[in-house]
Amino acid sequence: MSDSELDAAFFVRWMVAAAASVEREAGRLTELDSAIGDADHGNNMQRGFAAVVKALEADAPTAPGAVLTSAGRQLISTVGGASGPLYGTLLRRSGKTLGDAARVTRQELRAGLRAGVNAVAQLGGAAPGDKTMLDALVPAVAALETSFEAAAEAAEEGALATVPMLARKGRASYLGERSIGHQDPGATSSALLFAALAEVAA
Amino acid sequence: MTEGGQGSGPVGIVLVSHSGPVAASVAEMAAGLAGGGATAPVAAAGGTPDGGLGTSAELIGAAARKVDRGAGVAILADLGSAVLTVKAMVAEGDELPAGARLVDAPFVEGAVAAVVTASAGADLDAVAAAAGEAYGYRKE
Repeated sequence: MSDSELDAAFFVRWMVAAAASVEREAGRLTELDSAIGDADHGNNMQRGFAAVVKALEADAPTAPGAVLTSAGRQLISTVGGASGPLYGTLLRRSGKTLGDAARVTRQELRAGLRAGVNAVAQLGGAAPGDKTMLDALVPAVAALETSFEAAAEAAEEGALATVPMLARKGRASYLGERSIGHQDPGATSSALLFAALAEVAA
Repeated sequence: MTEGGQGSGPVGIVLVSHSGPVAASVAEMAAGLAGGGATAPVAAAGGTPDGGLGTSAELIGAAARKVDRGAGVAILADLGSAVLTVKAMVAEGDELPAGARLVDAPFVEGAVAAVVTASAGADLDAVAAAAGEAYGYRKE
């Protein structure tokens, strides 16, 4: 798959791979979330991405942007936790930024995702270092300039880097110092999303 | 406080909580405290469709359509995903009736203030302002 030829089918494969990854890792996500959250992240993400795949199977859009917009809408509707509107906003804003082009380049995808990540930061009022999904997303989008593989690695490193952080957003922030020493579930699922992207691009 | 600024009917109120019983009870209490006579339409959107704790865009959208009388809908939310889901829905633009907006207010006190003012015929701005003012009521 050439970087300059990312079509709607590629984006559908990305969402399908992300759903499979979330399904595989649901237990781990919920375990991480039971340490500092409300122990529903795995189930919520599983339900959300299952709905994404179902919607894409029923009506697969012909433009990359429309695939992401559809996925984002499904996540907002079905997840049931804060990750729904956050991931939904990420994908929907990215999709809207890509517009209706039939093919996009990796750099165009990067620009779209950057707009999505900015929208997530605005919606949640968080910044890198707050122990949130942004700690994986922000470095991943930056590294996407180099390659899909680099983006996946940066996301994984970003998720691991949340372990010593003090949570400043969401339910985990009520725990104060006790949030230190646990990997953030949202940053972990963000890393899965970029791992799935690298997987389908390989 | 103007009569029917954006439409003919009263402003509708939607209460979004992580818990179905919390949303329903606050709605009931706010309508009860609004007193006799015609009260503004209030709908609860609590928990998930299967009765669990969480937030449902589906329930929120249905509740907003139910109370929409053309004068706008004030949506109050309790925590985290409830607030974020409403914000994301408002940004989407087509899942909520025109004139629906998230009101920044404490959930219980704001709900009472919103229902009382909406029942008195206030427009959406006045309802939102009254609900937000509930933040200023100190308890000690």
